[in-house]
Amino acid sequence: MVFEVLEYDFMQRALLSGTTIAVLCSVVGMFLVLRRYSLFGDAIAHSSFGGVALGLFMGIYPLWMAYVVSIISAVLITRIREKFDVSGDAAIAVMLSSGIAVALVIIGLAGGFSIDIFSFLFGSILLVSAHDTILVLAMTGSILLVILALFRQILYSTFDEKQAKVSGIHVERINYLVVFMAGLTVVTAIQLVGVLLISALFVIPNVTAMMLGRGFQSTIIISIVISISSVIAGIMLSYSLNIAPAGSIVLLSICMLGASMAAKSTGLFARR
Amino acid sequence: MPRPIEVSNLSVGYAGVPALENVSFAVDQGEFLGIIGPNGAGKSTLFACMLGLNTQYTGTVRIFGQDIHRSRSPLRKIGYVPQMVHFERNFPITVREVIRLGMWHGVQEERVDEVMRELWIHELADRRIGELSGGQQQRVFIAKAIVNDPQLLILDEPVTGIDQPSMNLFYGILKDLNSNHGITIAWSSHDLDTINMMSSHVVCLNRTLHFHGAAKAFFSDEKLVQIMCKCTDPSECTDHKCDVAEPPPIRNEAS
Ligand SMILES: Nc1ncnc2c1ncn2[C@@H]1O[C@H](COP(=O)(O)OP(=O)(O)OP(=O)(O)O)[C@@H](O)[C@H]1O
Ligand SMILES: [Mg+2]
Repeated sequence: MVFEVLEYDFMQRALLSGTTIAVLCSVVGMFLVLRRYSLFGDAIAHSSFGGVALGLFMGIYPLWMAYVVSIISAVLITRIREKFDVSGDAAIAVMLSSGIAVALVIIGLAGGFSIDIFSFLFGSILLVSAHDTILVLAMTGSILLVILALFRQILYSTFDEKQAKVSGIHVERINYLVVFMAGLTVVTAIQLVGVLLISALFVIPNVTAMMLGRGFQSTIIISIVISISSVIAGIMLSYSLNIAPAGSIVLLSICMLGASMAAKSTGLFARR
Repeated sequence: MPRPIEVSNLSVGYAGVPALENVSFAVDQGEFLGIIGPNGAGKSTLFACMLGLNTQYTGTVRIFGQDIHRSRSPLRKIGYVPQMVHFERNFPITVREVIRLGMWHGVQEERVDEVMRELWIHELADRRIGELSGGQQQRVFIAKAIVNDPQLLILDEPVTGIDQPSMNLFYGILKDLNSNHGITIAWSSHDLDTINMMSSHVVCLNRTLHFHGAAKAFFSDEKLVQIMCKCTDPSECTDHKCDVAEPPPIRNEAS
């Protein structure tokens, strides 16, 4: 039964774009978590929801509008932090609520939308089109290429800004690049888990992997494996049980986190 | 070959409060410069200016002949070990991976291994950096600073919180880098005895430059040592060995 499902086009598209998004969120999320930006994804996602509403209202493809808004707010959060000495979590809280507020006002002005808006809130991976899949692949490919090319610079400025600066790295530029890529990643991932569960994809696999892995390389590989397996299993499970994929994906990754916490506290994994 | 460090008329303030005023000195190739001065004297600030971290200053700072304010290229010749390294304790990164970060032109694993053996940390290569003791971490950061074969090594109070055996190992390494590899070293410390033992030259700071010259000249002058380093601020003088109200005139022997 499980394998018959794989013959459906929609399922192939869902699994392909789902695993691609999983890899992207693991990698980008790792840098966010290590920079203590765990809720950044949430803030961007919520504000890009304002962009989705705006797009629907103006009759523009909502994801394009979401990309624009998410990049603007990603850069804005960073600016606010830098210029006004507002703490990161406060800047994030402001962004988070303003996005939803904007969306609510627009939805109200438009007299409500069709069911569309829910697919953005909770994801719609089983409904992705071929066009969406190509967009996901292209976006993921380009972001991962950039990260690979600038890997040392990004890792170094994440690890210690000051020493990175002294070694001649343009840390400010790298910081903006990271939030810019995070903005793109969030909107790309909205299709998989929706606005409300984005940060789960960014944070949970990485927190789990950080408990199991030792070095950066091994940790990121573990995170990708965890992320991909929860996405694949989550999508299959959601289809056979007829539940929302976002819910089953995130719940599965939380189970893995719980399992590794339990394993760790019973001393099953000794890192040394 | 231009001098590794040339500081002239350097003044720095934070929000209008001066931290350094009109400091000038120069360091020649191969020198081992100890920078001393009480807490808040401006030692870290001076390093920050040399490293291009602080650009809000007047005067000029030249590193290997180039104005660090204008060009960042001399940074490639510098290895730097900060006073405190702030990183996430649970950052998933191994000792080897940290040292690799120091190599800006492609990673050569043999060089990484070599540096780890020199600093006696090769057995820690695959451990997570956050799991190491303070002294072990310090050695890792020194390894990262020298893996690129820098010509100038800058260390800001490198031995704070390190036990005696590690400290001796560390001093041995610095001495070796300086005398056998010809690396110019500038370091700060509150430990006058080791400054005396290690350094060829001394800079004594307390907002202004109070002394710059050979370490011998500085330490042979008992009175100078006392005034400069024990009671730089007469109001904080507790042992009353000196009764100076005014700081003595600047003695600048070397430059
Ligand atoms: N970022 C900053 N903002 C404001 N003032 C600062 C800053 N950094 C240093 N200062 C001030 O500048 C002066 C010099 O500080 P600095 O850190 O250079 O001293 P230091 O000699 O390194 O001291 P220590 O021995 O404690 O490391 C101090 O009075 C300090 O309060
Ligand atoms: Mg200091």
